[in-house]
Amino acid sequence: MVLKNEADLKEDADVKLLENNGVFCTWFDKIWNWGRARSFWPLNYSCNCCPIEMLVAGGAPRFDIARYGYEVFRASPRQADLLVLAGPVTLKMAPVVRRVWLQMAEPKWVLAMGNCAISGGPFRDGYSVLPGGDSILPIDVYVPGCPVRPEALFHGMLELKAKVEGKR
Amino acid sequence: MSAEKATHQLPTDHYIVNVGPQHPSTHGGAHLQTVLDGEIIVDTVVKLGYVHRSVEKIAESKTFTQFIPYTARLDYLSGCLPPLAYTQAVEKLLDIFPTERAEYIRIIMAEFSRISSHLLCIGSLALDLGATTACIYCVRDREQIMDMFEMVGGQRLLLSFLRVGGVSHDLPENFYPAARRFIKELPKMIDEYHAVITGNEILQRRLKGVGRLSTEDALAYGVTGPNLRASGFDYDIRRDDPYGIYDRFKFEVPIDSGGDAWARYLVRVEELVQSARIIEQALDSLPEGDICAKTPRLLKAPENQDVYHHIESSKGELGFYIVGAAGKDKPHRLHVRAPSFINLQVLPMICRGAKFQDLITNIATLDPVLGEADR
Repeated sequence: MVLKNEADLKEDADVKLLENNGVFCTWFDKIWNWGRARSFWPLNYSCNCCPIEMLVAGGAPRFDIARYGYEVFRASPRQADLLVLAGPVTLKMAPVVRRVWLQMAEPKWVLAMGNCAISGGPFRDGYSVLPGGDSILPIDVYVPGCPVRPEALFHGMLELKAKVEGKR
Repeated sequence: MSAEKATHQLPTDHYIVNVGPQHPSTHGGAHLQTVLDGEIIVDTVVKLGYVHRSVEKIAESKTFTQFIPYTARLDYLSGCLPPLAYTQAVEKLLDIFPTERAEYIRIIMAEFSRISSHLLCIGSLALDLGATTACIYCVRDREQIMDMFEMVGGQRLLLSFLRVGGVSHDLPENFYPAARRFIKELPKMIDEYHAVITGNEILQRRLKGVGRLSTEDALAYGVTGPNLRASGFDYDIRRDDPYGIYDRFKFEVPIDSGGDAWARYLVRVEELVQSARIIEQALDSLPEGDICAKTPRLLKAPENQDVYHHIESSKGELGFYIVGAAGKDKPHRLHVRAPSFINLQVLPMICRGAKFQDLITNIATLDPVLGEADR
C-alpha cells in the first residue's frame, strides 16, 4: 500500500485492520518531531540581560521551565538542538555565534530572544551591533521584549513546539 | 622521589584551554585563554569586547533623558544603580536638585537593586560550583524584588524610571507592604543561605584560601566595591563620599581581611543586611511631596563643563564622566568608569598558580558583569 497523507491513513482498510488489533500507524517524522518538540535542549549561550531572564525562567521555582520539558540547558553546542539567541549580536560575537550554530547537530532551531537579537534593539544605532541575528542565522521564532519576560520566552518556545510539530 | 624531581624528569608543555566566549560560567560573553601546566594555571588572558555595544558613542547622539534606559543595560543585574549614577551626574552638570521624596525613592530602589544583584551573585556562585539547589533559593527570593520593580516601573529587570530631577512616577500603594515584608523576611532568607551555602563543606573547601587578593594589590589595581572590602580595606563611597542623601542613614560597612573568595562571599551576604537597614530607615522617614523637580523640557548644558560623579554600585565604584557642551542637549563625550572592567584586571593575578577549578570560583566571586565591562 502507498500512503500519501494523513487522510489516506485514516481511510486505508489495512490500517484500520491493524488499528483494530492494537497496532498504531504513523510516520517516523511525526513521532520524532513529537519527541523533539517536547524536549528541546537549549544551548547555554548568553550575551547580555536576556540570559538573566532565561536563567530565572530555568532556575526560579516560580517559572520552572521543566514543566514543558525544556530544562536541559547544555553548555556544548554538540548536545543542544535549540539556540536561544539572547542579547545583541556584536561584530566580535557574530563569527562565534555562527560557529556555535554550525557545530549544533541537525535538526536545530534558533529562537531570537529580545529586541537586540531581533533587530539590534536600542543598540541599532551603534557601530558594533548587527541589525538583528537573522543577518547571520535562520531564525524560527522571534520573541520581542527588552528584556523578555520568562512567560514570553515560554510562549515563544511553545510557538516553536507548534512549528516543529507542523501545526504552524 | 620528591615532586620537584618528578616534574624535572618529566617536563610537560604548557597548553591552552579556552573558556568562553560562549560558556555558562563566564557571566556573559568573555573569553578566558587559560595557559595551563598540568592542572596549574600559569596565566589567564581575559579577552573582552564580545558584548561591546558602543554605548558611549550612542550617548553622543541621544539627549540626556533618552540615554537613561541605556545606562540600565550596562549593569543589568542591578537595575536602578547605573541610572542613579547617570542621573546624578547630569544633575551635577545642569545644576538641578531633585526633590526630597525623589531622593528617598531613589535610595530605596537603589538598595533593592543592590540586594537583587548580590543575591544573583551568591546564587550563580553556588551554581558555578555545582550547587544548583542553593541557586534556586537565591533566585526565589530575588523574585520578590522583581515583583516590586514591576509594581514601580512595569519592568522586571531594567526599570528606567529614574529621571533627571527625580523619578517618573510615585511608588504604588502595594509597594510598601511588599517592601516591608521583604525586609522582615530577609533575616530568615539569610539563615537559609547560611544553612545551604555557608555551611556546606564542599563549598567552604572550594572558597577558603582561593584567589587571595592582598590589600596592596587591590589598591594598586583599582579594585573597588565588595572585592576591595573583602581584602580588608575600609572604603565605601556611600559613607566616605556620600551622594544623594546617604549621609542621613545609619549603616555599617562590612569588612573582611581574608581577601579570598570566602571573604568576598561573606562580605556580600553581610551587605544584604546593611542594605535592608537603609531601606527600612528610608521607608520610615519617607516624606510627602513632589516626585520630580521642575526641569525644562529640553535639558541643555549651560556651559562647557565636565563632571564626574561616582556611586557605590553593587560591583564597586561606578562613575559617569560627562563632557557637556554649552547650549547642547546631548553630551559631547561620555565615559563610564565600569567597576566590573577594572575588577577583572586582577583575575590573571589571583588565578596564577591555582588549580583550573579555581578560575571559576574566582570569576564568580569577582562578580563581573560583562555588559558593563565591555559597554
